[in-house]
Amino acid sequence: MSDVANRVKKIVVEHLGVEESKVVDNASFIDDLGADSLDTVELVMAFEEEFGIEIPDDAAETIQTFGDAVGFISNA
Amino acid sequence: MFDLTGKCALVTGASGGIGGEIARVLHAAGATVGLSGTRTEPLEALAAELGERAHVLPCNLSDFAAVDALPKQAIEAMGSLDILVNNAGITRDNLFMRMSDDEWQSVIDVNLTSTFKLCKGVLRGMMKARWGRIINISSVVGATGNPGQGNYAAAKAGVVGMSKSLAYEVASRGITVNAVAPGFITTAMTDKLTDDQKAAIMTQIPAGRMGDPAEIAAAVLYLAAPEAAYVTGTTLHVNGGMAML
Repeated sequence: MSDVANRVKKIVVEHLGVEESKVVDNASFIDDLGADSLDTVELVMAFEEEFGIEIPDDAAETIQTFGDAVGFISNA
Repeated sequence: MFDLTGKCALVTGASGGIGGEIARVLHAAGATVGLSGTRTEPLEALAAELGERAHVLPCNLSDFAAVDALPKQAIEAMGSLDILVNNAGITRDNLFMRMSDDEWQSVIDVNLTSTFKLCKGVLRGMMKARWGRIINISSVVGATGNPGQGNYAAAKAGVVGMSKSLAYEVASRGITVNAVAPGFITTAMTDKLTDDQKAAIMTQIPAGRMGDPAEIAAAVLYLAAPEAAYVTGTTLHVNGGMAML
């Protein structure tokens, strides 16, 4: 697993309080990991800080799964 | 009783009667205060009166770029932003049939849109801190209406609906959002009323007098305090019984 994926996973596990084994590529933050809509906003904020990037609102809306997040950040 | 030591509060309209008193009371409770307003001179005078833990942050709330920049400036000056008091407001009274689009829009811009923008601008820090207090100053007029104040009443009622919606969204993050709705308070804004207008108003106030800015500031202090953590989405009416809501 890439460095980006590991760092994203750590944030997701800490923020949502889920088991690491559940954070798989196609795991949806809301449907599978128990996030509410405000959690997803906070996750994006945390990603921005961790990686020193800016994720615009329209891009943030496309980040639905763990894999989406890793993909977006890797290409940012 | 209420201790705000270590908390940082931004107060808009701190150059006015109510805002200045709110800043004084929060400061006296131990908070660091950011004094915002359009007129720098009274802000500087208030900061000098308060001494330490007071920062002057001039901002014209009809300038949206300046409004967007204000939360960041406040955090840079104070270190954090835990309490936001949206107190600034303007009036452009006119009969509905004569009200121009500009009179309507300028009051909505300053009293409602800038409040929205400042609330939005402070949320990130409050969400991370899992603590925050937003207190929006509405008006009795927002609940009762008032002839000649269609624009002002719309903005002030809008502030209440907006505060409730935001209160829903962020309650689980330790952030409360409330409104304080003053009745007629002795300030420069009510000094503009004629004696006849004042006499007419007085007949509607069971308390038989206008309120004092300190009586609004006390309500704000309560809502800002740790003790008010379970109070959110409410409107605290401070109006001498003029409207019992």
